[in-house]
Amino acid sequence: MHTDQVNDLMRTLAPQVLGVLVRRGADFATAEDAVQEALIEAVRHWPDSPPDDPKAWLLRVAGRKLIDAQRSEAARRRREERVHDEPAQGPTEQSDDTLLLLSRCCHPALSPASAIALTLRAVGGLTTAQIARAFLVPEATMAQRISRAKRTITGERFDTPGDVRAVLHVLYLIFNEGFTGEISLADEAIRLTRQLVAATSTDALDTADPELPGLLALMLLHHARRAARYTASGELVPLDQQDRSLWDTSMITEGVTVLQRALTRDRLGEYQAQAAIAALHDDAPTADETDWPQILEWYDELTRLTDSPVVALNRAVAVGQVDGPRAGLAALGDVDPGLARWDAVAAHLHERADDVDEAIHRYTAAADRATSAAERTHLIKQAARLRLASA
Amino acid sequence: MAKYLLLKHYRHSGPKPVPGTEAMMDQWTPEEITEHIDYMRRFADKLTESGEYVSGDALSPEGTFVRYDGEGRPPVTDGPFAETKDLIAGWMIIDVESQERAYEAAAELSAAPGQGGRPIYEWLEVRPFLADPPATAE
Repeated sequence: MHTDQVNDLMRTLAPQVLGVLVRRGADFATAEDAVQEALIEAVRHWPDSPPDDPKAWLLRVAGRKLIDAQRSEAARRRREERVHDEPAQGPTEQSDDTLLLLSRCCHPALSPASAIALTLRAVGGLTTAQIARAFLVPEATMAQRISRAKRTITGERFDTPGDVRAVLHVLYLIFNEGFTGEISLADEAIRLTRQLVAATSTDALDTADPELPGLLALMLLHHARRAARYTASGELVPLDQQDRSLWDTSMITEGVTVLQRALTRDRLGEYQAQAAIAALHDDAPTADETDWPQILEWYDELTRLTDSPVVALNRAVAVGQVDGPRAGLAALGDVDPGLARWDAVAAHLHERADDVDEAIHRYTAAADRATSAAERTHLIKQAARLRLASA
Repeated sequence: MAKYLLLKHYRHSGPKPVPGTEAMMDQWTPEEITEHIDYMRRFADKLTESGEYVSGDALSPEGTFVRYDGEGRPPVTDGPFAETKDLIAGWMIIDVESQERAYEAAAELSAAPGQGGRPIYEWLEVRPFLADPPATAE
């Protein structure tokens, strides 16, 4: 078996094996350790002697590691007086394990950074080293973050899935980490969300939260533009200047289909509304043909769903497109100027209102408050462009 | 091999800028900015290929001074200070054979194109890392 094949297989199987162990009542942290140890054995043995049934092999080895771990813990456990709840009858469907595992990895007791790391390892099947490289931290740091996360949720019962919304939030955060580097975290987030949607859509009563496909649609509709978002030297290309022929049309089609199906459920949420806005942008053949009035309606809808200041900020941009830059600036007046992108939006609206000096001033201020190097460069260039034009 | 920090500043209290290179980046044209960014990226790529690149990062110009204020009390903050004389913009860490090579690399970075495509002649601060003592020191 080729090393790449081994890695791919392990990434698919590891979460499944973990799911089985956890569903059988094993403690999550101990089971996760056991699966990791089994993976190490697999890397050692599979290239030379591939098993007939890799999943059964992993399950057997991980199960043995788990028993070893439990035996060495047994003496200590006997001394401890604790009520050990019998695990309740777990769900029998394999597909349910995805949500079960994810909801534990995204437990509300965990910080977002810990939940992200644990999710990528336990469900995403990435190694600690790969996760560390993706977040540009030393491997030892990431290993610590993961083991602390596991300690935090030790003792949590695993028989019922937890909060789906918490899972969606973590997946959304992973997606936003982007797609630079060896591991594309955006691709990883899409893979996990897709898996979760597939696992929960078998629900015959269709009771699954439509925000789940809503989030998948949102990811697909944004990810479809990735090839157009940066220049070769890593500079940001704003939406209205992107080469739309670089957009991935099949991904857009899939995103729209997933979104439409979610919307028919008539239980609107933030992710569905954001996906609808992304779909309207994706649908425009040119920036000028963007359906801003409908986008503004979706922002109004979003404002009713969330009091997020970021939504209010983006809504001001839409108001500017529909009712003119002065109206946009008036809407911006109600938004907290402490937001990092506030100056950038103000600059854009002032430029469109022909307040060139104010726009230059705001672009420069926005550059100083930018949170990424690509954004900073982009904003400095905006100031430079206006200065040149007005000179 | 020895590690060196090449420190870039938004402004600094070091040597005076070479005449004609005082203009800040936001006074350049967008094309000049793109050229500059491209040069920096190619420079990092080249050092990666030669096995000398360690890491590099850029910093926001906005920062705050923070200190301890006694047991049980929240941290004290001060700033931002608009007129701070030394303001670090970013850095590159390289691992090279000699100090001479570190200077050569710094000079190449300082030759990045600026206004009119001319080298910016930027002063970079080169700081050697304090290494671990060698195992044979005693």
